[in-house]
Amino acid sequence: MLNDVSSNENHTFKRYDGELDHLRFIVLEMGGLVIKQLADSLSAFKTRNPELAKKVIALDNEVDRLEVQSDEEIAKIIAKRSPVSSDLRLVMAVSKSVSDLERIGDEAVRIAGLAIQLFGGEVSEPNHQMLRDISRIGEMAMTGLRNAVEIFDVWDEEKALHVIENHRQMEEEFQADLRHLLTYVLEDYRNIGFAISVVLVIKSLERIGHHAQNLAEYVIYQVYGEDIRSQQP
Amino acid sequence: MTNNRYTDYDTEVNKEKAGGSQATSPETSRLRKRLLSTTSRDRPILEEDQTVGQWNIQEPRISCRNVNVNYGQKSAIIKVNLDIGRNEVLSFIGPSGCGKSTLLRCLNRMNDTILGCLVTGEIKLDDEDIYLEGIDVVPLRAKVGMVFQKPNPFPKSIFENVAYGPRIHGLTSSKEELEEVVQSSLRRAGLWEEVKDYLDQLGTGLSGGQQQRLCIARTIAVNPEVILMDEPCSALDPIATAKIEQLIDELREQYTIVIVTHSMQQAARVSQRTAYFHMGKLIEVGDTTSVFTKPLHKLTDDYISGRFG
Repeated sequence: MLNDVSSNENHTFKRYDGELDHLRFIVLEMGGLVIKQLADSLSAFKTRNPELAKKVIALDNEVDRLEVQSDEEIAKIIAKRSPVSSDLRLVMAVSKSVSDLERIGDEAVRIAGLAIQLFGGEVSEPNHQMLRDISRIGEMAMTGLRNAVEIFDVWDEEKALHVIENHRQMEEEFQADLRHLLTYVLEDYRNIGFAISVVLVIKSLERIGHHAQNLAEYVIYQVYGEDIRSQQP
Repeated sequence: MTNNRYTDYDTEVNKEKAGGSQATSPETSRLRKRLLSTTSRDRPILEEDQTVGQWNIQEPRISCRNVNVNYGQKSAIIKVNLDIGRNEVLSFIGPSGCGKSTLLRCLNRMNDTILGCLVTGEIKLDDEDIYLEGIDVVPLRAKVGMVFQKPNPFPKSIFENVAYGPRIHGLTSSKEELEEVVQSSLRRAGLWEEVKDYLDQLGTGLSGGQQQRLCIARTIAVNPEVILMDEPCSALDPIATAKIEQLIDELREQYTIVIVTHSMQQAARVSQRTAYFHMGKLIEVGDTTSVFTKPLHKLTDDYISGRFG
C-alpha cells in the first residue's frame, strides 16, 4: 500500500537537483585543483624545479575563485530552497569542505614557496637524505587527499575510514621525522637552515592530512547524519 | 558520476592502498562500529508497518493506541499509536489524504457527525477514554478546542464571538467577569490592542489574520487544555502567519497544541515534535529538529525534501 506513491532520488522541482549537482561539482573541481597543486609542489621538490612551484602558486587564484563561487551558490540555495534532511547535510558539508580545500591549497602554496626559496637561488646543494622525509609524508598526504575527494564523488566507507586512520599515522610520522631531522642538525649545525625548511614542509603536509580528515568527516556527516568529530582526538 | 575524473592520478595504486591496508587502530574500529550501527541508510522501509521514532513519551496528555478510522469501506487511519505531551506543539505533516486531519478530528470527536465514520482503538485524554459510551462531547470539545483552516467567526460582534463559549458553558457568573474573560482571551490572542475600541462591530468585518486570531481567542476563552489547529495559516499572508506562529509559541506554555500543516517550514518553525503520515499510517515521529535534519524513514525524507514524484 505504501508503494502507491512513487518516490525517487530526484526532486520534483528539477532545477533544485541541478543546483545541488552544481555544488557537488564545485567541490570536485576544487578537489581536482588542490590535488594538482599538492602533486606539483611535491614534484617541484623532487625535481628541484622552481618553475613548477610557481605554477602551483598561480593556480591558487582559481581555487579562491571557486570558494567564493560556492559560497554564493550556497546562499542562493538556502534562500530559495530551504534545504532539509540530506540536502541540508550536503549543503553544510559543501560549505565546510570548500574552506578546508582552500586551506589545502594554501598549504600547497606554502610548500611551493619553500621549494622556490631552496632551489631558486645559487645556494649550496641541499642534503638528499633530508628530502626523503618529505617524499614519504608527502605520499601519505597525497593518498589522504585523493581518497577524501573521491569519497565526495562516490561514497566508500572503507576509504573514508582510511583517510582518518591515515592522518593518525601522519601525525606519528611527523614526530618521527622531527627526531630524524634533529639528528642531521646535531651532526652538523650548518644543516639547521635547511632542516627548518624541511620541518615547515612536513608540517604543511601534516596539516593537509588533517584537512583531508575534516573532508572525510563532512562526507560521513552528509551520508549518516552523524557528526563524528567529537570522537576524534 | 564516477571516479575516472582523476585518471591522471594513479587510482589503481590508490585503491590498493585504501582497501589493502585496512585501517586497524582501535579508534578506527570503534568508529567503524559506530557507523555500522547507524541504521538510517538503505534500509528496506517501504514494506515497514511500524512507526519509527519516539511515538510514546512519559506522562502524555493525549495517548492514542491502535487507532483505526474507517469511512465506510475505506480506511483513513491504520493502527496509529501516538502520545501527545504537555506544553508541546506537535505538528502533523504529510501529503493530502494521508489522514492527518482525520486523526486530528478524532481527538475531540469531530468525526462523530460524519456519516459512516467509525473510530476504533483507544484515545485517552488525561487517562480518560474519550470514546467511552456516555461521554458528553460538549465538555470534551471545551477541553479540546479547535481552530480551522478558514477563519469562521460567528456573524456576531467581536465581543459576542469570544463571550459565546464561556456563556454557554456557564464559566462566568457576572457580566464583569465575562468582560474580563473576553478581554484576557483577546489579549492572549494578541488581538486586544487592535480591536478594543470596536468590540461591538461584526467579527466577520476583520481582516483574515485578525479573524483567525479572533477564532483562537474564542477557543481559549473556554479554558481548554488542548488546542487543535487544522492548517490555521493556509488562508493568511506571511505577516498574519508570523503573528499566529508567534501566538502558538506563546500559547504552548499553557496548552498542548496539535497543528496540521501543509507548510513544512511552518512545522519546523513552531513545533517541538513532528509526526509524518503517509496513506493512513503514522510513518515517523520525532523531535522536529531531527526529523528535518536526519529523518529516519525514507518516506519522510522524500516528502520533506520534495522528492515525491
